[in-house]
Amino acid sequence: MSAKIKEYPGTEVKSEEIKQGKVPTIRDRPKAKYLWSAGVAMSRFLNELKKGKIIASTCNKCGRIMVPPRVFCEQCFKSTDGWTYVKDTGTINTYSVSFIAGDASRIKEPIVVAVIDIDGASPGMGILHTMQEVDWKKVKFGMKVKAVWKPEKERTGAITDIKYFKPL
Amino acid sequence: MRMFGKKRVAVVGAGLTLFRRNMKETGREMCYEAAKMALDSAGLTLSDIDAVTYGSAPDAFDGIHMKGENMTDASGAWRKPFSRVYTGGGTGVFAMDSGWWHIASGLFDTCLVVGEEKMSSCYPHPAYAFTTIFDPIMDRPHGTTLIWIFSLEMHRYMHRHGIKKEQIALVSVKNKRNALDHPCAQLGAKITVEDVLNSEIMCWPVQRLDISPTSDGAAALVLASEDVAKKLTDNPVWIDGAGWCIDSTYWTNRDLYYPDYVEYAARMAYKMAKIKNPPKEIDVAEPYDPFDYKELHHMEGLLLCKKGEAPKLTAEGVTQRDGDLPINPSGGLLGVGNPIGAAGVMKCCEIFWQLRGEAGKRQVPGDPRTGVAQAWGDLMQYGSVIVMRR
Amino acid sequence: MTVEKIHDTQEIRYWPGHMETDYIYTLGIAGERFFNEIKKNGKIMGAKCKKCGIVYVPPRTYCEQCFEKLEQWLDVGKRGIVHTYTIAHIDLDGSKLRDPTIYAMIKIDGTNGGLIHKIGEAKPSNVKIDMRVEAVLKAKEKREGSINDIKYFKPVK
Repeated sequence: MSAKIKEYPGTEVKSEEIKQGKVPTIRDRPKAKYLWSAGVAMSRFLNELKKGKIIASTCNKCGRIMVPPRVFCEQCFKSTDGWTYVKDTGTINTYSVSFIAGDASRIKEPIVVAVIDIDGASPGMGILHTMQEVDWKKVKFGMKVKAVWKPEKERTGAITDIKYFKPL
Repeated sequence: MRMFGKKRVAVVGAGLTLFRRNMKETGREMCYEAAKMALDSAGLTLSDIDAVTYGSAPDAFDGIHMKGENMTDASGAWRKPFSRVYTGGGTGVFAMDSGWWHIASGLFDTCLVVGEEKMSSCYPHPAYAFTTIFDPIMDRPHGTTLIWIFSLEMHRYMHRHGIKKEQIALVSVKNKRNALDHPCAQLGAKITVEDVLNSEIMCWPVQRLDISPTSDGAAALVLASEDVAKKLTDNPVWIDGAGWCIDSTYWTNRDLYYPDYVEYAARMAYKMAKIKNPPKEIDVAEPYDPFDYKELHHMEGLLLCKKGEAPKLTAEGVTQRDGDLPINPSGGLLGVGNPIGAAGVMKCCEIFWQLRGEAGKRQVPGDPRTGVAQAWGDLMQYGSVIVMRR
Repeated sequence: MTVEKIHDTQEIRYWPGHMETDYIYTLGIAGERFFNEIKKNGKIMGAKCKKCGIVYVPPRTYCEQCFEKLEQWLDVGKRGIVHTYTIAHIDLDGSKLRDPTIYAMIKIDGTNGGLIHKIGEAKPSNVKIDMRVEAVLKAKEKREGSINDIKYFKPVK
């Protein structure tokens, strides 16, 4: 009974009080390191990235060409049927411009991050990546873009083998 | 009125702690305070409770792995059937869905629903814990943050419907002002659209005053079957509809301008509640608003208006407390706070109090009888909906 | 294609990473009082439920059985018995410890609770279940308000 309750429980403390040690606390940093298996589909995807190519998987039932590739079609719930290469160009589905880093601190140079629908895959098959060689105020929805790859000897089999996308 | 399930379910009590950036209480102490308040308000003791369902989002915030187990006795679950539910931000309302099926299934007569989050334990900032929700191979290597994906979704929504920031900022202004009347609110304030547009750019188009805070807090509700509820009170609030739905993890393969999964969850709940015309039949709604554009996005997903129409309703004052369809009279997450697992439960508490006429200064006029609470979570995937009726 | 078999192990990829972050935990209402008493007064406190009679160690703000608020705190002394124990030979990362460490669950006398701590001033072969032990605290000026303000529990007659 919200209007009937006089007082709500809780004891606020300020961030400064904690930082200055005025509130007793215990500190810890649990160790949590991982070596994730990329799996069947992503292993192939990463190997192809090392070769400078983007590969997709296909489902014969719904006809989709899917990036990132996967061993099962999540809509038909069956195994995918094959692999096919797609292009390293695409269009911007959506984008934003970040002025903060992962820990909420500010960064000097903004990062343009975008979901890029990949040409050759089914419509709407996007991947997340960054944009460079573009003024962040001039980026547009539907803009045509192309991948800029690392030189072959620097590629390791990672999504960052594509350095960024730039306007076509 | 025959509902889906074996027994009709009512809400008979609610409890809430303050929501603040840092609380001295541990997560367990907060759970206890909310759960005890809910029990007291229902006139019940712990021995009257048959089962407990607890909802909390990533363990990474409280910094205690297997958090559910840690919170059991504080949630009143000592030696009782206990389950933890977790669907990211959808957790709070999904915990209500879970409490509902505990009783509707016929297995139990009473269930305590508890939501909690202590985000302040995570340093340097709770936002940092969010970086681990992303795919390690495709998304994390870019340094992806949570605000990135919200801003990508917001930008797509704005682009598809030609919506401007000024229209969206009205939601933040409304909710923070509503929160001034909420005794637990963290960020109730009188701000203007200009304040929002001049606030720090986080990740364009998201600015600081578009976002809800990180918070510590807990909330709880007591649910009871029809027989028990009628003995306890003359004023039970019935759960007439429950819905939940999740979309694919491949969020970059979806068009983010519209939350289909919220619509499917809403349809599931509305079908149970026999609601055919949501804008006409629903008197008050608490859609999930971690960002201001999300209230609009979810209003459309909840079928409270047509796609792209939510900004218009907001500008016309329809969604104010004294409007035709009050939205987030509590002040929402933007004003009250966002301890993730507890936030959705807080919204359910608000609908409970609104339908009973006990919301004090926040009360929407006109004797509301049907209310909807909704939460949203994971990688823009999950929708959970509850329809309550008096 | 059903799930493909990978025959060349060079084709299998792994992705390294970590999910580490720093935590600063507040002690809570009950925790602050408990550790403050150890730090300032060298006392181990418990909380008693008026309704059930249960004395909780570590103390908390609520009774888990009847859900009443716990308002009665008492000094429960420093003695107890070994409810169970284990001898650790490896550390958190699986490396061998130089000297095996004895960890025990110690039930504090007159309470329904206990503490997990080390057993000191004892050889592993001498530790027995139900053995009587007593807490040994650090010197007052060295205490910080943590569970390690108790150095260990030692056997007593």
